[in-house]
Amino acid sequence: MKLDSEEQAMLSGELGPARKWALEHQIQLGRMFDAADMVPVSQAHMMADPESLGEAGVAFMEGFAAMDAADRRVAIPMITDPRGVDLSYYDPLGQTEEMANLERRFIAACQSLGIIMTDTCINYQTIMPPVLGDHVAYGDTGVVIYSNSVCGARSNFEGGPSALAAGLTGRTPRYGLHLDVHRKATRRFRITSQPQGLTDWGVLGAVIGRKSGSYWEVPVIEGVENIPTSDEMKHMGAAMASYGSTPLFHMVGVTPECRTLGDVDGEGLAVEAITDSDLDALRQSFGAKGETVDVVVFAAPQLSLVEMQTVADLCRGRQKHGDTAFLVCTAASVYGDAQRIGFNQAIEDFGGKVLQGTCFYQQYAREIGEANGWTRLLSNSAKIVNILGGYGYAPALASMEDCIDAAVAGRIV
Amino acid sequence: MPRTLKCHVGIGPDVTGEALVADDNFSARYDLDRIKGIFSRPQHALAGQSYQDKILVLNTAKGGVASAWMLNEMSARGITPKAFLFNQANTILAQGAALAKMAMCDRFEDGDVTTLIHTGDTVTVRPSEGIVLVS
Repeated sequence: MKLDSEEQAMLSGELGPARKWALEHQIQLGRMFDAADMVPVSQAHMMADPESLGEAGVAFMEGFAAMDAADRRVAIPMITDPRGVDLSYYDPLGQTEEMANLERRFIAACQSLGIIMTDTCINYQTIMPPVLGDHVAYGDTGVVIYSNSVCGARSNFEGGPSALAAGLTGRTPRYGLHLDVHRKATRRFRITSQPQGLTDWGVLGAVIGRKSGSYWEVPVIEGVENIPTSDEMKHMGAAMASYGSTPLFHMVGVTPECRTLGDVDGEGLAVEAITDSDLDALRQSFGAKGETVDVVVFAAPQLSLVEMQTVADLCRGRQKHGDTAFLVCTAASVYGDAQRIGFNQAIEDFGGKVLQGTCFYQQYAREIGEANGWTRLLSNSAKIVNILGGYGYAPALASMEDCIDAAVAGRIV
Repeated sequence: MPRTLKCHVGIGPDVTGEALVADDNFSARYDLDRIKGIFSRPQHALAGQSYQDKILVLNTAKGGVASAWMLNEMSARGITPKAFLFNQANTILAQGAALAKMAMCDRFEDGDVTTLIHTGDTVTVRPSEGIVLVS
């Protein structure tokens, strides 16, 4: 890889051990993915919940925190994905003091590096959305696919270590989605019915992700008659990334790099129809009508303020079933607004709990499921039901309205 | 005489071990019980099987970014595969392998690696050379 003089200085250790580690890490990746050089990035976003980090990951971060202040400071604005422990509410969930302490240690280490603890996977709705052509180093697959597709930014999936490396160097290897060649469409999907509501958009994303099936495929979607909202795009993208490891999609006439099919070289691709039977098959794999529900979860991605209002409105004047838990996960900044406006109160009057700065599947999902005896989980998120099967849950999918009806009834309606 | 498979230059040290192969994908978060060291997702082709010290041979990497930290955490506890061989890796698994100092290769010249290698084969992975030996 071609390195400039500053990068050479980082590699030699002249700019401290943190940046030396970071550049060495990035060169390994650049070599594997044939990067010619590095590209400056304007922001980094790090996914790092304590379940994923473990003691080893937290100690790794504390190693940086112990370095000289000038050596350890990140070079660009760097923000964080949801935390695994809401430190204002963890014992009632069955999370332990050991989990909370790992979280506390990690937060302290991040803050000593100058990392901003935003604790959100919806930074594109709440913090500072990237702009068209903006090179960034984002973690969280939902953040990356939204930023690439809807904003026209340029990011690979940057796992925690690589996002940290990018934060320290202000660069990332120029490969994958940073290059025009990997942003052209490789699969062409045509929808035959229009999605209605967040869960439908999530199901569509899941089906396209599963059909695409690789990080290196770029779907282009035709046939969308009504421009989706930011929340609908969010659910579709998060599901597509979850089922297909897909980091970028285009939507003809909607997303910024695809005003026409020709913009993404999609005209010569064979059309693949997304049929109602494709969508129904996915829904049916997460259907469990009539069964008792242990926990209803709204998360993955965290809820926007608009989603918080919808949940609150659906909860008002009702009471959840005594045997069904009801959890809502949102960003800390949204939590503050929702508290001020009264949405949190409406959800808590219903018997639910709003968690701030966390996301359910990143919260030691296996352990809290076992601690509370939760098996049957219901959500409107096509992403979360895909993840939690491996954590010992029997996940089911329904619209936001049906999820809340189920929470009242104690069974899936 | 071992067969030699050519692949793209990968990441990590040279290792030798027994292959565990499936025409399925991989995510540390979605698919594993990392404490027990088994595939836990019921729908996974390797559900219930131990991955400890195996050369895992799978189609591609999927899902979330957590795998990048998780490989490091698994490595610290000593319950990991010895190497990953994919038809196509994604960026996350490669980043995790780099931090955890685990071997990983992808893009095999002779076709689908999940058919070129069989469960139980003895496999030597040489990432820096882009070579895998199978016997």
